[in-house]
Amino acid sequence: MRKKNKVFGNIIFCVMCVLSVVYLAPIFIILMNSFKGKLYISNAPFELPNAKTFAGLVNYVEGLAKTNFLQSFGWSVFVTVSSVLVIVLCTSMTAWYITRVKTRTSEILYLSFAFSMIVPFQMVMFTMSKVANTLHLDSHPAGLIVIYLGFGAGLSVFTFCGFVKSIPLEIEEAAMMDGCKPVQTFFSIILPILRPTAITVAILNAMWIWNDYLLPNLVIGNKFKTIPIAIQYLKAGYGSIDMGAMMAMLVLAITPIIIFYLACQKYIIKGVVAGAVKG
Amino acid sequence: MQESYKKYFFLFALPTVLAFLIAFVIPFFMGIYLSFTEFTTVIDARWVGFSNYIKAFSANNEFVNALWFTVKFTVVSVISINLLAFTLASILTSGIKATNIFRTVFFMPNLIGGIVLGYIWQIIINGFLYKMEATLTTDPRYGFWGLVLLMNWQLIGYMMIIYIAGIQSIPVELIDSACVDGATPLQVLRHVTIPVVMPSFTICLFLTLTNSFRLFDQNLALTAGAPSRKTAMLALDIYNTFYGKTNWEGVGQAKAVIFSILVAVIAAGQLFLTRSKEVEG
Repeated sequence: MRKKNKVFGNIIFCVMCVLSVVYLAPIFIILMNSFKGKLYISNAPFELPNAKTFAGLVNYVEGLAKTNFLQSFGWSVFVTVSSVLVIVLCTSMTAWYITRVKTRTSEILYLSFAFSMIVPFQMVMFTMSKVANTLHLDSHPAGLIVIYLGFGAGLSVFTFCGFVKSIPLEIEEAAMMDGCKPVQTFFSIILPILRPTAITVAILNAMWIWNDYLLPNLVIGNKFKTIPIAIQYLKAGYGSIDMGAMMAMLVLAITPIIIFYLACQKYIIKGVVAGAVKG
Repeated sequence: MQESYKKYFFLFALPTVLAFLIAFVIPFFMGIYLSFTEFTTVIDARWVGFSNYIKAFSANNEFVNALWFTVKFTVVSVISINLLAFTLASILTSGIKATNIFRTVFFMPNLIGGIVLGYIWQIIINGFLYKMEATLTTDPRYGFWGLVLLMNWQLIGYMMIIYIAGIQSIPVELIDSACVDGATPLQVLRHVTIPVVMPSFTICLFLTLTNSFRLFDQNLALTAGAPSRKTAMLALDIYNTFYGKTNWEGVGQAKAVIFSILVAVIAAGQLFLTRSKEVEG
């Protein structure tokens, strides 16, 4: 019985190994093709580069020039990092406030935030970009921070609220006895307790904002391009697609994500599970 | 204490509330109003009653086609993703070697954005179809199965992680006592694992359902609706109605309202159905 189990376990292990290789294959195929001449990609994407088709770094050089990729990378980093910081700070404060101060307003806010989570983006995309335009939020990528705060508020406030409810009130009462002002209470007592939830909220928002295409494209897309916009323009903007440049830019778009993932995968996987279970 | 906190509304809640008004609340109500008007720049809106809603269905069958395409896609994806994710999660929790490495590998595609994913799969699927002298846009069926494949690749790992968390929360004593009582592995799965993992089912069904139904980026990058808009899903159809032709903004907004109602009904219905099957504690 035990021997049979061991054999079975080994077979399953081998099957999983094969499956993993298949699962990663798309990424390697893109990597491999990024070194081939642009005419040898579409008709033979599964062939390794050979003496005739190898193009060195030409695709990367051309792609970087065509898409202005480095600038896009800069905007993506700027928008993602600043939006995530603002979201974590503002929504944790709001969640604490509306959980502790039980008024009609708090109740309405909580329900509106929860409601906003299921409304699809298409419902507000046109009117939101008009509002952003009227308020001149489209003149600089920093304007996106306001939009992302408003849009991310639903999930983030909701997630924080779930956790704030579990913090015993006695801690805050004791702090108040000792003469803590609410601002002090929040930053020196509540925020440190909220740390694990803050990491979850940060990861969920970062994944969303970094990859978001439509929202930034509608608001600032014709002036400032984040990475997904730059890639989409590579296809739309130049008549027939330069497959070589496309492959190279796909590789450059994926690489930072994979590095980031491998570096903090423990937090990412935990954060995603925690976020899903609470949502 | 509540009283002493109350006056800090401006500091604690106002920034978020203002941003929420700008990005969501005002556009949302404007959107509902504009769906009953004809407009091109918001300021020139003219009340037209329900005619945009009628036009959404009657002017051409693009919206109805998109609706069917979306429904079929959602059904196939939700079933395949959850079946495969649950199977993988069961295997990875059965004590085989190198579980963490497999988990890392399967989860990774989830972090790659929709646009990039779409182009990756476009190359690969076109590479296979090239031998049959076809492309993704030759036949709407290719686009459909291409999207299903892509969606599976992206979401299986994500759902698997949630199922793993659910399976690991089953108390060991529960399985041990079932085995002592002579339950077969299948019986354990049926009567112990699945009931306890029910909350994970609720979450995974909800996530796959809403993600599939609202899919946009992947659709735009993979086929952009070609051939002749036959592979356009609802979100892409609404986008095309807004930005593809002039004077159709009102119809686009009406479609968006219908779309929102559908999403809300599906999400609420699904949560209600599966929550009622969860076991307590």
